[in-house]
Amino acid sequence: MTERLTCDVVVVGAGMVGAACALYAARAGLGVTVVDRGPVAGGTTGAGEGNLLVSDKEPGPELRLALLSNRLWTDLAAEPGLGTAFEYDPKGGLVVASAPEGLAALEAFAAGQRTAGVAAETVTAGQLRELEPESAPGLAGGVYYPQDAQVMPTLAAAHLVRASRARLLTGCTVTGVLRSRDGAVRGVRTDRGEIHAPAVVNAAGTWGGEVAALAGVHLPVLPRRGFVLVTEPLPPLVRHKVYAADYVADVASDSAALQTSPVVEGTAAGPVLIGASRERVGFDRSFSLPVVRALAAGATRLFPFLERVRAMRTYVGFRPYMPDHLPAIGPDPRVPGLLHACGHEGAGIGLATGTGQLIAQVLGGRTPDLDLTPFRPDRFAPRDEEPGLRGRRFAARDGNPGRRGRFVAHEEEAE
Amino acid sequence: MSTEPVGPYGQAGAYGQAGPRGGTPPRLAVVGAGPAGLAAALAATARGVHVTLVDSAQAPGGQFYRQPAAALGARRPQALHHQWRTWRRLRDGLARHIAAGGVTLLPQHHVWCVERRSEGPAGRPHAGGFTVHALLGPGQEEPVEVRADGVVLATGGYEKVLPFPGWTLPGVITAGGAQAMLKGGLVVSGRTAVVAGTGPLLLPVATGLAAAGVRVAALVESAAPRALARRVGTLAGRADKLAEGAGYALELLRRRVRTLVRHTVVEAHGTDRLEAVTVAALDTAGRVRPGSERRIPCDTLAVGHGMVPHTDLAESLGCRVDAHGMSVAVDDEQRTDVPGVWAAGEVTGIGGAALSLAEGHVAGRSAAARLRGREPDPREWEAAAASRTRLREFFAALDTVYVPPAHWAEQLTDDTVVCRCEEVTAGAVREAVGELGAGDVRTVKLLTRAGMGWCQGRMCGPAVAGLAGCAETTARRPFACPVPLGVLARAGERGEPGPPTGETQGRGGPTVE
Repeated sequence: MTERLTCDVVVVGAGMVGAACALYAARAGLGVTVVDRGPVAGGTTGAGEGNLLVSDKEPGPELRLALLSNRLWTDLAAEPGLGTAFEYDPKGGLVVASAPEGLAALEAFAAGQRTAGVAAETVTAGQLRELEPESAPGLAGGVYYPQDAQVMPTLAAAHLVRASRARLLTGCTVTGVLRSRDGAVRGVRTDRGEIHAPAVVNAAGTWGGEVAALAGVHLPVLPRRGFVLVTEPLPPLVRHKVYAADYVADVASDSAALQTSPVVEGTAAGPVLIGASRERVGFDRSFSLPVVRALAAGATRLFPFLERVRAMRTYVGFRPYMPDHLPAIGPDPRVPGLLHACGHEGAGIGLATGTGQLIAQVLGGRTPDLDLTPFRPDRFAPRDEEPGLRGRRFAARDGNPGRRGRFVAHEEEAE
Repeated sequence: MSTEPVGPYGQAGAYGQAGPRGGTPPRLAVVGAGPAGLAAALAATARGVHVTLVDSAQAPGGQFYRQPAAALGARRPQALHHQWRTWRRLRDGLARHIAAGGVTLLPQHHVWCVERRSEGPAGRPHAGGFTVHALLGPGQEEPVEVRADGVVLATGGYEKVLPFPGWTLPGVITAGGAQAMLKGGLVVSGRTAVVAGTGPLLLPVATGLAAAGVRVAALVESAAPRALARRVGTLAGRADKLAEGAGYALELLRRRVRTLVRHTVVEAHGTDRLEAVTVAALDTAGRVRPGSERRIPCDTLAVGHGMVPHTDLAESLGCRVDAHGMSVAVDDEQRTDVPGVWAAGEVTGIGGAALSLAEGHVAGRSAAARLRGREPDPREWEAAAASRTRLREFFAALDTVYVPPAHWAEQLTDDTVVCRCEEVTAGAVREAVGELGAGDVRTVKLLTRAGMGWCQGRMCGPAVAGLAGCAETTARRPFACPVPLGVLARAGERGEPGPPTGETQGRGGPTVE
């Protein structure tokens, strides 16, 4: 790329969110260039499970975005060739409780979700064994969420970029954001030349803070590490996304150290995926036996047959989390022409379609389907960045299931 | 791979008996009982360290000293081995140290992970020590944990095979596989064989097959080894290596084996099994010369393109791996950059048995000294270090000559299976790179499943990298072999075991000191 490129919008990041932004922007008639310093899906997208979830979200802006995204995923999956290309599977989610008290809390949570438009069906212990015949005996019951679905995230990102027909520049690092004299964005500088455009979308995921900094603005996106365990291929023995609701009490202790909770699901290709762990340890990729040991223990408690099933590998990724656990979506009032679409924590695959649609609507000058106020990129005052303050925020959130739902520990690993 | 005569460092008898041990001796786990692991174990135990030698095979020796099963009653197994005397010394030394209680040998133990523990007695290179997690038994299901103060990784290497149309036909085997059959099973796999690929292993495979009564129709080497003679001409200590090569050349001549250099197998033919191969000449750029193809009937094709170090355990321990060479980085004492972890043999770079012996010896001596709280004196292993330098230079030169043809991937048709575990074709890999934006092996894997199967990309990794036109890199494989989730869930749960040399059965399986 030696010539100067010109287009309507540059999307920085070829992960799931960048791919969705490219698709909906292109369909809105805009000329799109997607640029990534690595390959397609080289960051968090390639290290996730690909869940499209409503089950783990309490009523509020994130759930509204999840429901919008869910509808858009269903539409995309119905397009010829696309759904099979990215292994769309509307498998449904099953949240289980081992004790009656846990089940009661779970049902209360589901009742709130129903008022917000979530389909949630209470499941008795007997019905649980029908839905998941291999699940551990003695579980009290659960709630079934038919809207939960799954895609293969790397395939989804790659096929959405391809379907968008956007120009894709991989292995190309953005080194600066070009600004005109009045401060407005006029493109990006890369290690392979400049790309000129009146709009730039920051879809750099966990690295979104760095891209924002290139434009001179502050966006507190930080990594939260997670491991996923992958088993040998199996016949379909785990039919839904299955996870436990009873870990909530453990989560109340706001430790920056390891937290794990069992999340188990099968895949179209056969292997069972086991999540999910959360640690705030920076970008440390080193293998941790204690973490995967805890994942294995949790999974075998939910599905005893997994005891003898072999783990083939494990992989690590970094969820882009923000201090209030909501993504940054929309125009940045501090820099005209700069939009953000990052910080989705562990829910980026599921929330990608809605995010892409909202960004495309803003770019096209239309009214977005959802109120973007809760997602404002400039909502973080610098004092929120102080470590002590952030710690207290987390303590308040994680220790108070009532405020943001009992699945706070889950929001992080929804991918 | 080589017949470098070993110096005194290869002789177990030279160490004398195990030294006196006051109190509990430090514990060293050696993973791998090939030349490097054996040399390390013997050197360390002779200096007052208790060694647990863990290996996946039934008997020690590794690939190089692979032994026929006793039940087969081979009368002259040494006929297939170089360095038979060296092996005998290693074997007898090991037996002595096992009898004296200085070495615990754990055969048929498949190590899936070496864990660095965070707590434990202070004053040793790594205060917390290590747990070697292994699986025992034919089903590899029974967990065994070995506690140690230090670890020598002597995990060796595995064969690299690049695909070509027809390579999945029965009758196509790897060169190393043919060698293993000859050494271990004494089974001759066919009547007419072609040996092909690149690398010094092809020579002993061809002569070995011929000696076993197989007609070797051709030895097809894609490199031009004459360049090696020029290259090696400047190196010290080349004489024995060149003599070794000359010996093979003579043997090939005597057996009337046709050698085709700068040639490659472009296709294997057959319906149910291999019937013939097409070979072609290569031009100087490494492309097939049009019109040079010829067909050679055969029922066996032994093919290999060199070796790749087995770095999985080192990587999950966090040892630095040289990205280009794909080998574990070590210092002059064979120490990795993780305190308490040494590495020796092919895992630090492919270099054959003699180099492995030298490195293992240095690693064992260094580990023994450091685990006993002493600064080692490198003068003690001068001979081994000198041999190590010479052999590393030699194999570095070899590496520049024995490289697969630059454009080998062009020979792959779109329907050629590249990843056999997941049945991914070359066409699927090309689509991932050309149309879906994959730029590296990892993304190709995620988009196509190439490398996600049972072998975890050990087999297809180099091929996928070649097709994708990107650099071969080490894949991160935190589990060196698949591990049951029930074992994983309880790994390391047991506390420090009681008796220092006993095996104790418990929830997490036996723990070995």
